[in-house]
Amino acid sequence: MIRFVANRLLGMLVVLFLVCLFTFVIFFVLSPDPAVQICGKNCTPEAIDQIRANLGIDQPFWTQFWTFLTGLFAGRTYGTGPNAIDCAAPCLGYSFQSSQAVTDMIVQRLPVSATVAVGAAVLWLLAGVAGGLLSAVREGRFADRFIAGLTLTGMSIPNYVLALSLQFLLVVTLGWLPFPQAVAFSDDPVRWFQNFLMPWIVLAVGMAAVYTRLTRANVIETLQENYVRTARAKGLSPGLVWRRHALRPALTPIVTIFGMDFAGLLGGALITETVFGLNGIGKMAADSITKNDQPVIMGVTLLAAFLVVVGNMVVDLLYTAIDPRVRVGSSA
Amino acid sequence: MTDTLLQVRGLTVGFPNANGPNTVVNSLDFDLARGGALGIVGESGSGKSMTSLAIMGLLPKGAERTGSIAFDGTELTALPERAMRSYRGDRIAMIFQDPLSSLNPYYTVGTQIMEAYRSHRTGVTRRQARAVAIEAMERVHIGDAARRVDHYPHQFSGGMRQRVMIAMTLSMEPELIIADEPTTALDVTVQAQILDLLAEIRADTGAGLVLITHDLAVVSEVTDHIVVMRDGDLVEQGPAERIFTDPQAPYTRMLLDAVPRIDDEIGLLRTMHTEEGR
Repeated sequence: MIRFVANRLLGMLVVLFLVCLFTFVIFFVLSPDPAVQICGKNCTPEAIDQIRANLGIDQPFWTQFWTFLTGLFAGRTYGTGPNAIDCAAPCLGYSFQSSQAVTDMIVQRLPVSATVAVGAAVLWLLAGVAGGLLSAVREGRFADRFIAGLTLTGMSIPNYVLALSLQFLLVVTLGWLPFPQAVAFSDDPVRWFQNFLMPWIVLAVGMAAVYTRLTRANVIETLQENYVRTARAKGLSPGLVWRRHALRPALTPIVTIFGMDFAGLLGGALITETVFGLNGIGKMAADSITKNDQPVIMGVTLLAAFLVVVGNMVVDLLYTAIDPRVRVGSSA
Repeated sequence: MTDTLLQVRGLTVGFPNANGPNTVVNSLDFDLARGGALGIVGESGSGKSMTSLAIMGLLPKGAERTGSIAFDGTELTALPERAMRSYRGDRIAMIFQDPLSSLNPYYTVGTQIMEAYRSHRTGVTRRQARAVAIEAMERVHIGDAARRVDHYPHQFSGGMRQRVMIAMTLSMEPELIIADEPTTALDVTVQAQILDLLAEIRADTGAGLVLITHDLAVVSEVTDHIVVMRDGDLVEQGPAERIFTDPQAPYTRMLLDAVPRIDDEIGLLRTMHTEEGR
């Protein structure tokens, strides 16, 4: 078990290192020179050189990469002398636009994205699994077909269309929800909830549709398994057969996919956050891309990669708890 | 208490569809004496597995069952599902062909043996059920049963898994065991062990046995009465001795001829000719 965890951790570090390297190549080497951008209109070649030296991009590639890596773990210093700026670990550099530390920007916005992700995840997991189960129980009947229609609609409707239609319907036409306005949870929990309700729904709809299909397929497949027949042959009640012998095997794969999806979403929901004006990671990414704010783009990319890798790792560990074949597979 | 444990009359199983009834078991009759052993023999698709599922009331969706199945004087076909459930596992137990896929990979074998026991016997504590499970595993000669009871199916070999399946049925002390191709997925030496085990259990408990197989060698070892089926029809039935020495139906003779014998001259294996022997 310890060996398994150690192996996974090591693998995780290798993946993260490679992600760092690739994003670094893409954003710092292949992108246009940020010094020119920062320097602005009245620029002299000397000024550009000065900015380059301060950013450290006058150095050879591997030196730059090494400085970046050490910055992540130990912090780094930009510039020299009295103008030097200390960037504490984990240092992702400073935004070219706002001169804010990228790490601070992420820390500020992560709670918003996390709130969006958690709420949406709860919704889609409940709706998806419930819908899938109902579909499986009523296979081929009206409820199953009706849900199939819903999932098809949910999967086909683009996020922004759904977001705008919901806003128009719930806020403008029906007036059920107030116009979104940033409120802290501690100030006005009801208003806070109302603000996040639409983003949650918008994100959950597409995912719920996918999870419904997945759950339905898994349950129907599991019910065909020989061990379900054995359970029936033992004279177990249908409830027990379902709960013990069909649900657990059928829902286990959902855990895997959920871990990945949720981790991905923590890294920001670009369209939804933008449409609803939520100041999360997704919106930050969108803004930084339009303005070619390389340190921010890089920071967001690394964050997303980090979350997915960690999510993967958590899923693997969970799996050892859920599936005995993984847990004791080698010790038999 | 009658002398006949299981009496099947005119059992017909079909999957009705647009093209007609699509019968897979056609008007089958046979009797099993209390404590007797009956072999149902036939090729794949002869309807022998459907027969066993029909007795258990576990036919797949869309199947239609007619005729009579009397178990210990009770007409099973007339029983509502709930009442049938109290027979399943408890009085009539079933062993399936593939012991790996027939055990749930997510639970220890002990849990799977115990759950049948606990669902049929009220007021049984976990500890008691566990003791029953360990005892059942010992009876099927699984060594170190007290420890193995907490192992998962994938930690057992094929033969051991089938022993677990048998232990599962044993724990309930059923009056009838239906074994559907219990040795097909196992290699030959293990097959022999499992057949010996079935015979031993029958001798110990006096349970009746319906053994379903395509393998004549298997039925010859264990059963005293044989039913030969083909394409859902009853070809012939009679005492095992008579079927082997003096088969009446040409199809049975052909089946017997197809079994390779160790004292045969070296030559081509005899093959089955589908139309011959009808």
